[in-house]
Amino acid sequence: MEPATHGLRESATFDRATIHAIQRAAETGVYDIRGWGAKRKLPHFDDLLLLGASMSRYPLEGYRERCDTDVVLGTRHAKHPLRLATPVTIAGMSFGALSAQAKEALGRGAGEVGTSTTTGDGGMTPEERGHSKHLVHQYLPSRYGMNPDDLRAADAIEIVLGQGAKPGGGGMLLGQKITERVAGMRTLPVGIDQRSACRHPDWTGPDDLAIKILELREITDWEKPIYVKVGATRTYYDVKLAVHAGADVVVVDGMQGGTAATQDVFIEHVGIPTLAALPQAVQALQELGVHREVQLIVSGGIRSGADMAKALALGADAVAIGTAALIALGDNHPKYDAEYRELGSAAGYFDDYQDGRDPAGISTQDAELSARLDPAEGGRRLANFLRVMTMEAQTLARACGKSHLLHLEPEDLVALTIESAAMARVPLAGTHWIPGAGL
Amino acid sequence: MATLIDLAESPVRELNQALHSTAATSWRVLNPRGAHAVACGIREDHTVDVEGHVGYYCAGMNQHATVTVHGNAGTGVAENMMSGTVRVRGNASQSAGATAHGGLLVIDGDASARCGISMKGVDIVVGGGVGHMSAFMGQAGRLVVCGDAGDALGDSLYEARIYVRGTVKSLGADCVEKEMRAEHLAELAELLKAAEREEDPADFRRYGSARQLYHFKVANMTSY
Repeated sequence: MEPATHGLRESATFDRATIHAIQRAAETGVYDIRGWGAKRKLPHFDDLLLLGASMSRYPLEGYRERCDTDVVLGTRHAKHPLRLATPVTIAGMSFGALSAQAKEALGRGAGEVGTSTTTGDGGMTPEERGHSKHLVHQYLPSRYGMNPDDLRAADAIEIVLGQGAKPGGGGMLLGQKITERVAGMRTLPVGIDQRSACRHPDWTGPDDLAIKILELREITDWEKPIYVKVGATRTYYDVKLAVHAGADVVVVDGMQGGTAATQDVFIEHVGIPTLAALPQAVQALQELGVHREVQLIVSGGIRSGADMAKALALGADAVAIGTAALIALGDNHPKYDAEYRELGSAAGYFDDYQDGRDPAGISTQDAELSARLDPAEGGRRLANFLRVMTMEAQTLARACGKSHLLHLEPEDLVALTIESAAMARVPLAGTHWIPGAGL
Repeated sequence: MATLIDLAESPVRELNQALHSTAATSWRVLNPRGAHAVACGIREDHTVDVEGHVGYYCAGMNQHATVTVHGNAGTGVAENMMSGTVRVRGNASQSAGATAHGGLLVIDGDASARCGISMKGVDIVVGGGVGHMSAFMGQAGRLVVCGDAGDALGDSLYEARIYVRGTVKSLGADCVEKEMRAEHLAELAELLKAAEREEDPADFRRYGSARQLYHFKVANMTSY
């Protein structure tokens, strides 16, 4: 019997997923820890549309007239800024959370198209350094595997204050993923649940951060761009403080941004959508007179060249992808559906990155599962995806008459909904109305 | 003959660049006047004497060098040190030796809060006392406190070992007193000797992790 056809009504408040969550909590006595980012419906870039050229704007010829894509990150203070061929980068994901093969594939794919990849908690592996043309090294509260030689070997340093999936939260790498190698890199016993701190151990507040940035610059002889990454919450203030502290690049990660292991309640209920954070960040940079001088990278739910073009139009200098990159490698692929189902999930739903039994060989440290992912093939797939994203964005930018992706501007956008118009600060389509503007 | 750098005359940048790029092995730094990031990121087997007080992150991420501060040190002295020796003749502010992976940090005076926070293999010997939350989440290495320890010593400790001669105001979650066996007396004697201390190892007590929080369990809810 199909309940709906018999007039049965499902509760909007207590839907099936909610009922299941209560039942699961009642049975197990623990809250749900999972990977991925926010799954609830949120205002997003889909709620914006680009205004192609017609009479009042002049389009560029598709496949003929140039639309450049290069971007330089870290021009404010660094002797060696990062020069990327396309403004889409790979967000920080750790070896530990991901298999060595997955990290290598990310490095290969990003390198092939001339963009950067990023380390994560637990330090830098020789494989990812070796296979990444441009490698951003994360400097995290846990300082697991933090070695000054790796800072010097990196192309940029990203000081992580938070991430969109869990602003204000630390991390937990569960024991089943702590192999001998992962444990060794983090100086901890094999098999224990590893807590990653939520606060940096040797500084508190923005004034201290300025001194920390000074120290990192001194250690690396002012060569490396220094990024500051924040989870999207009080973005306007956080970006201003990051700039005052001396950041070359600010990374803002919205609540759709992924994680390898966080409480579901945290993922779904803390932080703000990427769409709401981005205009706040741009406003902060503009008010300080450093928009484009301090570059802005935006992440959290970026899936396509359309998302990228819209983010750039709102004022970002680049976007970063994480979940989409894993999907490009093979995450949630239908060919693993039977195995996902054995784990109580299904292709298209799998989010148990914390669990270490990923059939796709990505979010696991199991030797047999990891071996399923061929780094060269994964790299090829990711490079393809990054090229498609870039070409999609170019297509949209040309339609708007832009000869460079970074020429896209808020005037090229309208919003489909009142809420997205208010968040993105662009007019509701067909009107001149920006809710909240001028208040 | 030590190479002399006067921070009243030249900026910290010049000092650090010189320490990172020249072969001289003996350095004397005058007039630090609380400057930050003094002598940080050294990779060579230098000997550096800093004549005065320093600000944050002095000798940060040190590798191989011997750095002595003839004064007090601000926040995060020898943070993330990998190897070498850092000695503070005076007192040290909070987060001394934070996350350090190796080497020896000696503080002749007192250290403040979070001394040895998240330590990952460093040895720290403090002549005086340490403030609250010292060795918080300490993973590896030894913290020796010749004076007293503040609140929540060794909270959420992993495998770091702690020796305290004086009183401990309170122990943090999962930190317990442990038996002082012969091997502990021996390693403590070695640490005290390396730090040029005269205390008797027999006067110390040992603290370590009860290892009850190593796995996330709902039964531990009140400890989280």
